[in-house]
Amino acid sequence: MAEPRLAAASGAQGARVDLTRAPSARSRFEGGIRIALFLAAGLSVLTTLAIVGSLLVETVRFLGTVSVGDFLFGTKWSPTFAGEQQSFGVLPLLWGTMYLSLIALAVAVPLGLLSAIYLSEYARPGVRRIVKPVLELLAGVPTIVFGYFALTFFTPEVLRDALHIEVGVFNGLAAGIIMGLLVLPTIASVAEDAMTSVPASLREGAFGLGASKLQVSLRVVFPAALSGIVAALILGASRAIGETVLILVAGGQTPNLGLDPRESFQSMAAFIAAQARGDIPVGSVEYLTIFAVGFTLFVLTLVLNFASIRLVNRFRQVYE
Amino acid sequence: MTGAQIAAAVIPRRSSRSAAADRGFRFLMLGAVGAAFVGLAAIVYDFASDGLPVISWDFVTSFPSRVIPESAGIRSAILGTVYLMLICAFLVVPLGVATAVYLEEYADRRRWWNRLIEVNIQNLAAVPSVVYGILGLAFIVRGPLGMGPVLLAGAITLALLVLPVVIIVAREAIRAVPSSIREGSLALGATQWQTVWKQVLPGSIAGIATGVILALSRAIGETAPLLVVGAGVSLRFDPDGLGSSFTALPIQIFAWTQDPNREFVARAAGAIVVLMALLLVMNSIAIWLRNRYEQKW
Repeated sequence: MAEPRLAAASGAQGARVDLTRAPSARSRFEGGIRIALFLAAGLSVLTTLAIVGSLLVETVRFLGTVSVGDFLFGTKWSPTFAGEQQSFGVLPLLWGTMYLSLIALAVAVPLGLLSAIYLSEYARPGVRRIVKPVLELLAGVPTIVFGYFALTFFTPEVLRDALHIEVGVFNGLAAGIIMGLLVLPTIASVAEDAMTSVPASLREGAFGLGASKLQVSLRVVFPAALSGIVAALILGASRAIGETVLILVAGGQTPNLGLDPRESFQSMAAFIAAQARGDIPVGSVEYLTIFAVGFTLFVLTLVLNFASIRLVNRFRQVYE
Repeated sequence: MTGAQIAAAVIPRRSSRSAAADRGFRFLMLGAVGAAFVGLAAIVYDFASDGLPVISWDFVTSFPSRVIPESAGIRSAILGTVYLMLICAFLVVPLGVATAVYLEEYADRRRWWNRLIEVNIQNLAAVPSVVYGILGLAFIVRGPLGMGPVLLAGAITLALLVLPVVIIVAREAIRAVPSSIREGSLALGATQWQTVWKQVLPGSIAGIATGVILALSRAIGETAPLLVVGAGVSLRFDPDGLGSSFTALPIQIFAWTQDPNREFVARAAGAIVVLMALLLVMNSIAIWLRNRYEQKW
């Protein structure tokens, strides 16, 4: 280790004392490590910048050929058609995304929240030890497998044969319901975390006032964990909106503004995957649509993520 | 005694209406949990019953075929997936651990740039995977890096996709190392990096390894980003380097589900069985690591 610069310290009558050390090899090494670690951490920021940058540049080029109004409010999406038939209204894709996500949430929200209340308030430890891994297992199944299931089992065996619903091979109903199953573990686990972090004193206070278990769960714990629960719902919605292969495999590839869930729908994410796979020329309008749709999708999920992060941070601050 | 027990002792009677409501609610909750169980069971039954008859040594070792379903195998898809995972792990482990160490051990949280990095990672974790595909397409396959649709491009895309997961899990593992360990090390004259390298990282290695495996088991099932990046379908050759065209199990499964010939769909189920078996092995290793090497402080 280098000597402190004592000369400087004893120098000018104690007025300006310089006690800094000359950097040793060891401290230079430590500094280098620190910089290397910082650069690794900075890579994540670069990733975001690269995502935003690449999306933005091509989207701006896209909007050079198609007006913002036609893109956002047009009701017909047929970018690969020729001539007069070509149209760039994103509404059918946006609607497909929203509609299928709504079906998914209609399945996943009640099931996920009920599972969360059960795990947090009712289940005995032994039961929890079985139920939680099963939910984690469900969360770990690749989405292509959900897609295969919706296509080869849920649509033909359940919807058609068991329930006698006249659905197409590709339909929004199967895609939406199975997406609900996909989102369920996300909602259940985040909501359960929020509810278990509600302090026991709140429950005990309510029990002391004579409340039943049901009343404590629904009127004390549930409202106390509300911001976390809302965050769980937003996270679930954001997963559903970004889901790609399941919809591509089971929902079909027809942009659709309709309400009939038995028909085929296309979502924004599914469009991107379907389109990017083709051999479309770089820089062509069809190529640029991928980025314009991707940008719309990115902004949508970003807004949802920010909302959910804020809510989660809020409920953490209250009880920790 | 818990509050519930006190309440039960003090208030012995409860109206039959609320008791019925309580039973009804219990029924609903069990139904919800049951639905998740049934869903999982049905998924497994579906691909296992279609796929197990397809599984054979030939299926695993032959190349895919576009014409003859009986001889179509998943050799190039398995190899592609294995290579993707290896390269992905090679990229994601140093980057993820370095970022986690920086945020937990070095970063001053009062600085805006450190908070920015943190918020940014939280956000990246929730960006849809298909958007990472676009990033890969625009930046790695074409654009600045311009590699073309090759193995390395796919692996980098997947690495960026799962990096936030690794960082978040590694941070938790590092945070679980008690500060007394660090203080003891520093008091004995170790520098900050020596403390990290010799005390903190060995103490959190089980948690980090678990996180890496979990992240890889997410990457192994990703289809959308690889589709967008331009993975090949039904390739009849082994990937032979970083710059080689590649395919992967999820891509092959996807291609076969799109085939109008039903026999190819059964091949997709067979490939799903193999993919799920790989996932099962990886998760078992993660659980084993967690139980075997987890430090109790």
